[in-house]
Amino acid sequence: MINQLSWKVGGQQGEGIESTGEIFAIALNRLGYYLYGYRHFSSRIKGGHTNNKIRVSTTQVRSIADDLDILVAFDQETIDFNYKELHSKGVILADAKFNPKKPEDTEASLYAVPFTEIATQLGTSLMKNMVAIGATAALLDLDIQVFEEVVKEIFGKKGDQVVAKNMEAIKAGFDNMSANLSGVRTMQLAKADGKKRMFMIGNDAIALGALAGGCRFMAAYPITPASEIMEYLIKKLPALGGTVIQTEDEIAAATMAIGANYAGVRTLTASAGPGLSLKMEAIGLSGMTETPLVIVDTQRGGPSTGLPTKQEQSDLMAMIYGTHGEIPKIVMAPSTVEEAFYDTAEAFNLAEEYQVPVIVLSDLQLSLGKQTVEPLNFDKVEIRRGKLITDELPELEGKAYFKRYEVTEDGISPRVLPGMKNGIHHVTGVEHAETGKPSELAENRKAQMDKRMRKIQNIRFNTPVHKNVKHEEADVLFVGFNSTRGVIEEAMERLEKDGLKVNHAHIRLIHPFPTDEVLPLVQSAKKVVVVENNATGQLANILKMNVGHANKIVNHLKYDGNPFLPHEVYSKCKELF
Amino acid sequence: MATFKDFRNDVKPNWCPGCGDFSVQAALQRAAANVGLEPENLAVISGIGCSGRISGYIHSYGFHGIHGRALPIAQGVKMANRDLTVIASGGDGDGFAIGMAHTVHAIRRNIDITYIVMDNQIYGLTKGQTSPRSAAGFKTKSTPAGSIEQAISPMELALTAGATFVAQSFSTDLKDLTALIEAGIKHKGFSLINVFSPCVTYNKVNTYDWFKENLTKLSDVEGYDPHNREMAMQTLMKYNGLVTGLIYQNTEQKSYQELVHGYSETPLSKADLKLDQSYFDKLVAEFM
Repeated sequence: MINQLSWKVGGQQGEGIESTGEIFAIALNRLGYYLYGYRHFSSRIKGGHTNNKIRVSTTQVRSIADDLDILVAFDQETIDFNYKELHSKGVILADAKFNPKKPEDTEASLYAVPFTEIATQLGTSLMKNMVAIGATAALLDLDIQVFEEVVKEIFGKKGDQVVAKNMEAIKAGFDNMSANLSGVRTMQLAKADGKKRMFMIGNDAIALGALAGGCRFMAAYPITPASEIMEYLIKKLPALGGTVIQTEDEIAAATMAIGANYAGVRTLTASAGPGLSLKMEAIGLSGMTETPLVIVDTQRGGPSTGLPTKQEQSDLMAMIYGTHGEIPKIVMAPSTVEEAFYDTAEAFNLAEEYQVPVIVLSDLQLSLGKQTVEPLNFDKVEIRRGKLITDELPELEGKAYFKRYEVTEDGISPRVLPGMKNGIHHVTGVEHAETGKPSELAENRKAQMDKRMRKIQNIRFNTPVHKNVKHEEADVLFVGFNSTRGVIEEAMERLEKDGLKVNHAHIRLIHPFPTDEVLPLVQSAKKVVVVENNATGQLANILKMNVGHANKIVNHLKYDGNPFLPHEVYSKCKELF
Repeated sequence: MATFKDFRNDVKPNWCPGCGDFSVQAALQRAAANVGLEPENLAVISGIGCSGRISGYIHSYGFHGIHGRALPIAQGVKMANRDLTVIASGGDGDGFAIGMAHTVHAIRRNIDITYIVMDNQIYGLTKGQTSPRSAAGFKTKSTPAGSIEQAISPMELALTAGATFVAQSFSTDLKDLTALIEAGIKHKGFSLINVFSPCVTYNKVNTYDWFKENLTKLSDVEGYDPHNREMAMQTLMKYNGLVTGLIYQNTEQKSYQELVHGYSETPLSKADLKLDQSYFDKLVAEFM
């Protein structure tokens, strides 16, 4: 009996690898298992190795596993590319069709199963994926009925016969494997709690969070790994009176979002690094004109086109400091799918309350890794619009303008929407006076700059740092952001077993940096290990700038396109002691 | 009801004396009053350049954005509040160089806004460089030996991009220009009005006199039918684009707002931002 399983299916892109993983995962999620997936894919439609690695557990998991129990292979490349992840008792289930060969340097066992042959006999080789699912089920001692519901949902549109054929294929795979199980190490999964939980990618949560947070319009340009956000919202927004416009480019997306936010609609735009680079001037416009703007950046491998389908966290500095000149800005970095939901909803509140651009930072692993999610609490989602005036305004004298940029104690000025009587004012990216009229006077410049920068000095943000602090004095403080939370948590658990005292701070509000929250943790740690997917240690540098203690800070960097594995974080720390 | 004076504010434009943009400002103020707008129901969104300052010179809501991006901002404003009258405005550099992609796509998207380009065939605010509207051979600070690139033909380009309203005017023809802006505002869909607006400081070729000599009014062209796209294209080619008046209008094509699925009849800016718990639960269930 096992409590955890690490399963991977691989083959050529366009062969249905994605749906094989999907059907397997959805069925197990419905049984109440916790899942966490990672997709390895390339920037092409057909061809090239792709795989889907899924971790199944009876308790919550937030990272991929170090090793692999089962590898389902549709070609030799899948075996050659992935076998090293298999532990000594691991199993390769390979399609007999390509005459699979087991590499010499592995103790894992290989079983050739006639996936394609069985599928072809049943009508079409396309169903080889279903045969593979059936074979896996036999190995795990799962009742294949669990797949029926999912198969119905996916193939139901194609008719009952297609559903029946696919179920037949699963059964045939199951039977074939069961008949040949003697000597095979089966891995019976411990029963899960049977609770229904959501199974979604971070981008789903971001989009759902946007809807819950009052977003009714989106302007965006497709890009990996952000497109799922616009694809979800175009399905849902029409029912709420809104829509998504696919713009001609990222600049149009950002500026259209600024226009719509200015006119009073909570509007989202989302992209990845290359798109964010194009949006930079618009972000400055939002900052300067104090127009709310929410932008999602799903980080991927950079620079330039970089590694468009791979994990990286190298946009951090660009998101904090990008755009010329100086503006107030908020940068948030949720680390789980749940946080991605709440933070995106909250981003719309912060954008309107502080009248600033808010960047919701994600990374490819968080955005695309599909995982089991604990129930979302809709009561926690608030709608707060700050100093937006909706009541009638007093009459203005003559041609006077409303003081949209009034200098106030907290720096935040009252805001009215176009269409409002007695609210007429001008908005410009040129330095301006309180009415919005251009002004280059030195005194005015200073007053307006101070007012803008003052806005986020006392920002109210719930849980700016996710803290797991068990020790007053720690040997190690782990610091990270976005999707590395799970690997850090697992490494931490192992290090604690080894007798080390480990604390963990995962930064959820990147900018303005929550120095007050982080400084005491840094002070009370012997070493601070900053875990991040980039080559220059961007978060470590931010940490040094804000809390000092540079001599304690150790970089743990990975920038080969793959997410960290728990053992990599663990061993880095072991080296230090 | 508001008169054109209600659309005047107390800001003194920083345009040179004699600049064509003054007339565009006046025509816009008159057109706004003539179609029965109140100042708070008009939003003027402008780009960067001399002409881009116009949003600050009209007593209405105004948004002076970034270079070349007046159109996407204006489209966002209109999508957010369909009850507003939205005018985008800027120069030929703004619309036909840095912002050309937006111009073409705003045309084919056909959101119900009006775009007024003040076309002076030169970069004025940066003190005299070539523009995509400068004729080949035109000498400027950035083309001392004369421009060796061809000028863009924005009206032909608009027609090929699927424009539903294309007009051109000359800034001194205040009456015609005002009427065209009114027609543009009333048009259901995207309306493009290119206005020859001479730069008296940096363009010594395309002067008021030059335009007077070279422009042909479409009302003087016998049998001209602005609902005939083929005739519009042929006429533009025949006169090398130097015509004024309504060049083309398609009144049958629906605007973006009329076509977009599910789009709220009332301004989206007035939508209830809170979802029902039951609706949220339904969305959540889709992921289970």
